[in-house]
Amino acid sequence: MSARLEQFLGRLSDAATVDDAKAAVLSAVSDFGVEHLVFHAALPNGEQVSAFTYRPDWVETYVEQDFFRVDPVVLGCYGGFAPLDWKRLDWSKKAARVVMAESVAHGVGTQGYTVPMRGPGGQHAVLTMNATMSDDAWARFTGEVKNDMLLAAHYANEKIIALTTPAHAASQALSPRESDALTYLAKGQSRGQAAEQLKISEHTLRAYIESARFKLGAANVTHAVASALSRGLICP
Amino acid sequence: MIRYIYASQLDAHAELAAEMFRDRAAQFRDRMGWDVTVDDLGWETDQYDAIDPLYVIAEDEDGHHAGSVRFLPTTGRTMLGEIFPHLMGGAPIRSPLIWECTRFCLSPKAAYGKDGAGVAQKLLLGGLQLGLEMGCTHSLGVFDRPMVRVYRRLGWSPEVLGSQDGISAGIWELSEGVADHFCGALGIDRAEAKGWLDASLSTLTPAATPVALPVRA
Repeated sequence: MSARLEQFLGRLSDAATVDDAKAAVLSAVSDFGVEHLVFHAALPNGEQVSAFTYRPDWVETYVEQDFFRVDPVVLGCYGGFAPLDWKRLDWSKKAARVVMAESVAHGVGTQGYTVPMRGPGGQHAVLTMNATMSDDAWARFTGEVKNDMLLAAHYANEKIIALTTPAHAASQALSPRESDALTYLAKGQSRGQAAEQLKISEHTLRAYIESARFKLGAANVTHAVASALSRGLICP
Repeated sequence: MIRYIYASQLDAHAELAAEMFRDRAAQFRDRMGWDVTVDDLGWETDQYDAIDPLYVIAEDEDGHHAGSVRFLPTTGRTMLGEIFPHLMGGAPIRSPLIWECTRFCLSPKAAYGKDGAGVAQKLLLGGLQLGLEMGCTHSLGVFDRPMVRVYRRLGWSPEVLGSQDGISAGIWELSEGVADHFCGALGIDRAEAKGWLDASLSTLTPAATPVALPVRA
């Protein structure tokens, strides 16, 4: 895991309220070195949570002009789960080009990457990062950070759901293998030793640990072990 | 040619979709004897086709369905989570970096023809290419236990995580090395495999209003 992601997840996991969490989500712009970030989640309880760094005049224009009806990012990402580079969206229609031209005029970057998400109850959310870069520089950048963006987006969404939906904890139960993996690491074993004890390959151990970390909302493995211990999910 | 299509976009590929669901009936009901639901049209569908999965579809040279597989993110509803949770101790893996892959299917023509293995490898390459491009690290799957040998022969073995009653849950590691291996075996340039995704991008965006079931709605 990269230092940028760990810093971000650390601040996110410290958030105790929805407002704290929104501030933490927006702070990812500095970790990732992008210009703008937009997060929007439709919660299981029907409420919506959004946070963005866009200028107020852009939001006003966007709402006033009903741009959401023709914005390729909205049309292209709603309900899906495959991350999308804005370059891959269809900007050929005049209305779409107007949205792009107006957004740039209001300080939005020319490049964007949107991660649409689905939660366990069919809940939807999106996180977008946005910057002005050349196509080549943007391709290099997204190639390098797409893994981190995917994780940052989903951890953000899980955090918001956890803070607003108490029943969410049910989907966070650890499997016996995940508990075992964390238990071995808590005892100070290496990943290689833990994998050997569990009779699985190291790459599969990695998947179990990633899954356990995600369910626990943990910024790193140490945090995951501490969190599992304090919740009584493991007892080394 | 590999296409990537969300269920909600299948209405733009009506013929291909109809062939896929009929070929699934031929594979899962007729050849494998699974207790699946097949409707009056001869289509095999389940509740996971209704929550807008992403299909990876291999077409033959005439544009007909040769094989397909279905992906859903493990952060949302999955077959492993809802139907086979016992295969993974009651609490299956959930990770933004892992998608679930189910209904791996070959058309009867591909299954009984000379190039069944080629179609299967192309399909696996298509799924792998998608995952790598999206930033995923692994794929989870549910399959009949004997399929492990088939996947091994094709050159990409899952690690079995749990089995019961002849059904297994397994995990595949996504790697550039395996993608290169498939490209070599198939005589396909890696750039061509990457191009499949670019060519499908107009369909890689789900319909703005999710539909209940593909095409027939």
